[in-house]
Amino acid sequence: MISLEQAYTAARERWQALRTSPVPIFFVGAATCGRAAGAGETIERLRAEIQTRGLQAQVIETGCLGPCALEPLIIVHKPDTVRTCFAKVGPGEAVQILERHVLGNDPCGEWAVSRVGPDGWDAVSILAHEPMMRGQVRRVLANCGVISPEDIDHYLARDGYRGFQQALSIGPDAIVDAVKRAGLRGRGGAGFPTWRKWEACRQTPADQRYLICNADEGDPGAFMDRSLIEGDPHAVLEGMLIAALALGASRGFIYCRAEYPLAIVRLQVAIRQAQALGLLGDNILGSGFSFEVSIKKGAGAFVCGEETALIASIEGRRPMPQPRPPFPAVSGLWGKPTIIQNVETLANLPLILRHGPEWYTELGSGTSRGTKTFSLAGKVKRTGLIEVPMGITLRQIVEEIGGGGIDGKAIKAVQTGGPSGGCIPAAKFDLPADYESLVAAGSIMGSGGMVVLDEDTCVVDLARYFMSFTQSESCGKCPPCRVGTRAMLFLLERIVAGKGTADDLQRLDNLAQTVARGSLCGLGQTAPNPVLTTLRYFQHEYEEHIDKQQCTAFVCRSLIRHHIDPERCPGCTACVKVCPTAAIDGVRGAPHVINPEMCSQCGSCLSVCPPIHAAVYRTSGDLTRYEPRSEKRKSGAAAQDLESAACD
Amino acid sequence: MSAIAAASSVMEVLANYPPGAENLIAILQEVQEHDGYLSETALRGLAAAMEVSENEIYAVASFYTHFRFRPPATHTIHVCQGTACHVRGGYQILYDFEERLGIRAGEMTPDLNFGLERVACVGCCALAPVVLVDGTVRAGMKPKTVRSLLSQLGRQPGATPA
Repeated sequence: MISLEQAYTAARERWQALRTSPVPIFFVGAATCGRAAGAGETIERLRAEIQTRGLQAQVIETGCLGPCALEPLIIVHKPDTVRTCFAKVGPGEAVQILERHVLGNDPCGEWAVSRVGPDGWDAVSILAHEPMMRGQVRRVLANCGVISPEDIDHYLARDGYRGFQQALSIGPDAIVDAVKRAGLRGRGGAGFPTWRKWEACRQTPADQRYLICNADEGDPGAFMDRSLIEGDPHAVLEGMLIAALALGASRGFIYCRAEYPLAIVRLQVAIRQAQALGLLGDNILGSGFSFEVSIKKGAGAFVCGEETALIASIEGRRPMPQPRPPFPAVSGLWGKPTIIQNVETLANLPLILRHGPEWYTELGSGTSRGTKTFSLAGKVKRTGLIEVPMGITLRQIVEEIGGGGIDGKAIKAVQTGGPSGGCIPAAKFDLPADYESLVAAGSIMGSGGMVVLDEDTCVVDLARYFMSFTQSESCGKCPPCRVGTRAMLFLLERIVAGKGTADDLQRLDNLAQTVARGSLCGLGQTAPNPVLTTLRYFQHEYEEHIDKQQCTAFVCRSLIRHHIDPERCPGCTACVKVCPTAAIDGVRGAPHVINPEMCSQCGSCLSVCPPIHAAVYRTSGDLTRYEPRSEKRKSGAAAQDLESAACD
Repeated sequence: MSAIAAASSVMEVLANYPPGAENLIAILQEVQEHDGYLSETALRGLAAAMEVSENEIYAVASFYTHFRFRPPATHTIHVCQGTACHVRGGYQILYDFEERLGIRAGEMTPDLNFGLERVACVGCCALAPVVLVDGTVRAGMKPKTVRSLLSQLGRQPGATPA
């Protein structure tokens, strides 16, 4: 085995060679989201072209740079010139870039989004001109989208595992002190101070302690942990090493959801590489400290986000939560003191150790220090993975980074914290995104899922959606959660069906209080949050559903009717073809008619009706709504719809 | 899958694990990967080999949404029901599949060609709404793409009049 210092030297040389490579290199963002956007095909095509043309060139798969709307994103290193970042590169575009840019002198301006300077080695500097990067920083995600996640040398060359070496040199007490001074709080939800949890574990006498990395990321709408693991798995392993050293844990587990197969592969590769360099195993770097990590694949149970349930799952049992105390920090896995940390919390540790708590606390506000990653999704123009200093306002996140609503639609609220969190209305967007402010507004920071809602989102339906999720994920152990979530769901279903009664809102509120106070674990205790916050900020929407049978957002199917305006419909048959219940009559050239008996109000006709006609309109209660009519064919999805409707 | 083959797959999988309940979930995952589902024969074989009751194994397996107790369809479509997919119309996509296939989520078509499932979230929220077709993510789904996707997979357009 070579020594670690030799490995660093070799890694730096390889990294330097990459930066000054005499042959072209294509860095392709190939995380799950990039692949979903077609990065896999781009990579295949590039490799095939390079081979058939007999070129000297390299293709390197990286993780996610963040702006998902620009995927597949590639960065092209052309010898003796600055690197260029290209967006939306499918297989066809990739070949053009290879031919015209790499082999020729064409800058390929139609796909180029930025020229990358010599210091551009993180997403913010690479995409500095993108409005989505404004106000962002890259600390935890510094390596994501830049290095090859399957090459430990890339991680080492960028000072990887230096934080762990620092931890080894200062010892457990000083590690805890550094984490305390950095003010690190758990990034998985509640924001509990990390050092305090560690102290409870350290003070419990035991012959064995365990460390668990919670990579179960069960919140629908959140993908930060997936992106982080897929882009920089060694950061998580290094964080685990630091935590294990501080705790005296010799065995660690990564509990990762099975829905993340790529993340699991990346972790497996990283563990093997770290073992090969003696960074995992017995007597690590001659320090006497030993640590082994194994991966446990989840099998699809949201309740495993609850610490005691997750422990039961690792033990091979039904994941039913246990009453606390005893807390896992005192008695956890197989009855031994166990610390469970979220992926992002762990990935912060190398930074604290490498740069020191003073550097770490430069960013943040109040008692929320450092940065937070969020997955920005929903009805917002620019979606993706972001990292910002804690304490910036929701407005900065939604409007400046996210670019506001899609197609000029008004944003109604942002949902944070998933099924345990709540909806914060646009009127409160000046709130800082920190742990305390979000709780005061009735939501929680959660793990970082941020789903933007606009005028077309019905908050009553959203509350029903979350309740149906928690109701089906409730483990059934305690009645307040098992029965309470079902009763709340029943009321919400009745309201969205237009069958709610005047006292249903009071009933909902009472039930919510009971479920929150009476449930055994966090799942039940927080399950009413989506209902409580929507009742608090959007009571009028509930009342419209009950009193007027009206859904202002035109979402609740029982309360809306679709119609075709004969004045506007030229009879293009697009809606006839798409209707899944064959409810639309009509021949080409004559206005179509929806048969109300057969119509299921699914809205497919509305989505395909060319905007130039905008003939499908909807009614609900007192409201009638036409879609905006456009004079000419527009670019993008609408035009495609139009064209394909015309060719069908 | 014959009973003997199912039981032998269990023995094959078990050989990779040390004894003890700790690895039960991983073992079940591997058996399912091998056989496509958890058959009665497999569970019985597992119970005997691990010296626990079938009940205990079933109690664990039935808790988790990933485990199936019937053979899967030729094509399985998972429609993501994550929050971002929901607000961007994922429920409509699910509904569309249900209507076109004539089955509800959790069911299979009578010819066993298509299985339709909900999935809580696949973490591609920024490209919502998404579905998984035999494990591959399809992003930015629209009602129109539901129709073309099914015909690509060999489904005759049922509800649409000729």
